Amino acid sequence: MVYLTRKAEFSASHYYHNPDFTPEENLRVFGKCNNSHGHGHNYMLEVTVKGEVDPRSGFVVDLKQLKEVMHREVLDAMDHRFLNKEVPEFFTRIPTTENLAIAIWQRLETKLEKAQLHRVRVYETPDLFVDFYGEAS
Amino acid sequence: MKAHLTRRYRFSASHRLHSEEMSADENRATYGKCNNPYGHGHNYTLEVTVSGAVDQSTGMVCNLADLDGFVEREVLSRYDLQNLNTLQEFAQQVPTTENLSVEIYEILHRGFEKAHLERVRIEETMMNSFEYSGAAEPKR
Repeated sequence: MVYLTRKAEFSASHYYHNPDFTPEENLRVFGKCNNSHGHGHNYMLEVTVKGEVDPRSGFVVDLKQLKEVMHREVLDAMDHRFLNKEVPEFFTRIPTTENLAIAIWQRLETKLEKAQLHRVRVYETPDLFVDFYGEAS
Repeated sequence: MKAHLTRRYRFSASHRLHSEEMSADENRATYGKCNNPYGHGHNYTLEVTVSGAVDQSTGMVCNLADLDGFVEREVLSRYDLQNLNTLQEFAQQVPTTENLSVEIYEILHRGFEKAHLERVRIEETMMNSFEYSGAAEPKR
């Protein structure tokens, strides 16, 4: 089994808000991230796939295909967007880094050929990142 | 859905690697420049990884303010700009980054209850790093 990781960067804005919370509760839980005008990050995405090395090509996965899928499924939808208002997953879910990693996993999981998705890592800043391995619990 | 969240922190401290159980020659042979009697310092980077179910009312594994507050209060304020050799936990053990990783893991494991502690990783310099994920058996 070999693991291969591809990176991509995208920039987006978001804010944290739960409509079931009172304004005071939203402010207490989410702090400055509750500003409804949003704020932005340069996100770094790392997608790791795993698989056996194909003896003919020497590849775990066709990197070109992985790059295309990441661009089509993630960057086209999220780069330079306001996540809360423009990305359907976040009409109902709060666009935290945790939920972003889960949403990206769900977008990629069924689109990859041959290789199996192993990990989605999303850096919100160089000092904060989330890993999702597809675990239900 | 279970996610892992990693946060990076920075602190600076000095230390001297020296074992009372070794002769002066053995200390020098084992620790080299790190055995300099006056000590030396590093800019450490600490990475803390916690995991748990993502709470759908907040979208979070745990509130970052809670993790940051705990690490600031219990770890960074203890170690930042200190001489590690003067601290009680290094009275009987050498303040290598291996031992520092275990100490910081234990502080978090004992006191941080908002998420499951997965791992502590410390970069002593850009060239070396140490990870500790707990021991199945008592460490000492």
